Amino acid sequence: MKTIRIGSGAGYAGDRIEPAVELMEKGNLDYIIFECLAERTIALGQKEKQRDGTKGYNPLLEYRMQHILPLVKEKRIKVVTNMGAANVKAAADKTMEIAKSLGIDGIKIAYVTGDDLGKNLEAFSDHDVLETGCKLKDMGVNIISANAYMGAEGIMEALRNHADVIITGRVSDPALVIGPLAYEFGWDMEKDLDRMGQAVLAGHLLECAGQVTGGYYADPGYKEVPDLERLGYPLAEIDESGTFIITKVEGSGGLVTTDTCKEQMIYEIHNPEEYYTPDAIADFSKVTFTQVGKDRVEAEHAVSKGKPGQLKVSIGYEDCYIGEGEISYGGSNCLERAKLAEEVVRKRLEITSAVLEEYRCDYIGYNSLYRDAISERLCDGNRSEIRLRISGRTKDEWNATLIANEVEALYTNGPAGGGGVVKRVEQVVSVCSIFISREDVTASVDYLEIP
Amino acid sequence: MKLKEIAHSRTGDKGEISNISLIAYDRKDYDILKEKVTCEKVKDYFREICKGEVVRYELEELGALNFVLDKTLGGGVTRSLALDKHGKSLGMALLEMEI
Repeated sequence: MKTIRIGSGAGYAGDRIEPAVELMEKGNLDYIIFECLAERTIALGQKEKQRDGTKGYNPLLEYRMQHILPLVKEKRIKVVTNMGAANVKAAADKTMEIAKSLGIDGIKIAYVTGDDLGKNLEAFSDHDVLETGCKLKDMGVNIISANAYMGAEGIMEALRNHADVIITGRVSDPALVIGPLAYEFGWDMEKDLDRMGQAVLAGHLLECAGQVTGGYYADPGYKEVPDLERLGYPLAEIDESGTFIITKVEGSGGLVTTDTCKEQMIYEIHNPEEYYTPDAIADFSKVTFTQVGKDRVEAEHAVSKGKPGQLKVSIGYEDCYIGEGEISYGGSNCLERAKLAEEVVRKRLEITSAVLEEYRCDYIGYNSLYRDAISERLCDGNRSEIRLRISGRTKDEWNATLIANEVEALYTNGPAGGGGVVKRVEQVVSVCSIFISREDVTASVDYLEIP
Repeated sequence: MKLKEIAHSRTGDKGEISNISLIAYDRKDYDILKEKVTCEKVKDYFREICKGEVVRYELEELGALNFVLDKTLGGGVTRSLALDKHGKSLGMALLEMEI
């Protein structure tokens, strides 16, 4: 039976490169994916592109391509990645330039566009915004970017045209895996519902790379993971029935067990019976995992309920400012001095007429993660140090700066013995979502080639 | 007994929603999780953090529950003032729950 081997070389924009190289060298791969887009990444990339028209793609693209292009050629592994972010063409041009500089020939680079709706957003101004409930035109904000989550169509078209490296902007994370599978096995998204469900599951398990091979899992005394510093990234061996095995390269760190797979399957899916992706509404509720060998887990029984009629569009906008500052206090009276410091800052912000939308105080080492009720129960009462953190959301930079500066001023004006001040002011780019008909989005594929 | 003796957890996010799994190490403990860890109990446990509805999904085959907590991430991961804007550490708090 035909089997396809797909590795995962990155689970986020800044992920490690060595595990990807290890997979390409030793994993006997047919494909490797690099998933590098978080919710806000494209909006931030768009701002970068506005400053420099040749930028706006993943900042590690050059570094990664330098390492992987020689292996693409040597091992005939195809690369599928969303590293194009806000400037897919520039990412493809840069990849081409690197291929030439490495003396690589016989390589075809495809870039998939069509996700960027920034220029046509007016057409959707009457659509409801998911997060706020108001219409898009009533948001009253400066919109930076608007990108539809596309499915695997563009990737499949690129594969039909024999591309070796496929660079996209916003596509759903699982689409990076669904594209190769549907292309290789000729699956019909509307008819092969069992196989499409499995394709989504494979994509979902691979998209965060190390998170299914023991990354984000270790808990000493409860869940031990060997050699995290050499964590191996996952690969899936998928056969034409859709059944697949998650594994990793022998000798790499980490582990693949039914428990690592369960944690990653449930991660961020909300309703397991209806996990929405552009290519399939997947039902993971009957999924089973079976340990079939050391670091080998078989996954079965995901199904698709068909394609959704609508696609999500992620809209980035200039939102607000956040100002924050931190300072540490030590000694047995540390919490009391930190509380006094907080009182000073709060009163100073009143005196200076700072305008805040929201104010927050955290005592790091005490309640910054779980607030008071849970923290009190977990704490035995003895503290040798506390780090005060004060933050506030504001409409403008000036008021955010007031917060940060008042924390810094605790050095000479606050309680005794404060140290290690850090302050930060930043403009916040947020994202909101609308849903549009899938007919309103069309993937386009272009090619660059060194014969 | 604390939940962490019989279960493990991972937390993810989308917008203002936190998604916390609770997975029995041993399938036979799944019924205990189902009985003891109700939506009401989770909502009350995270009352200072979760300002919305808690929905629980049951994964019988895996022996796991999935809790989806609305309005939990301080206005959304981008604009939240919390140190842990994604709420990634919330699952570890859930495992500290006494049952």
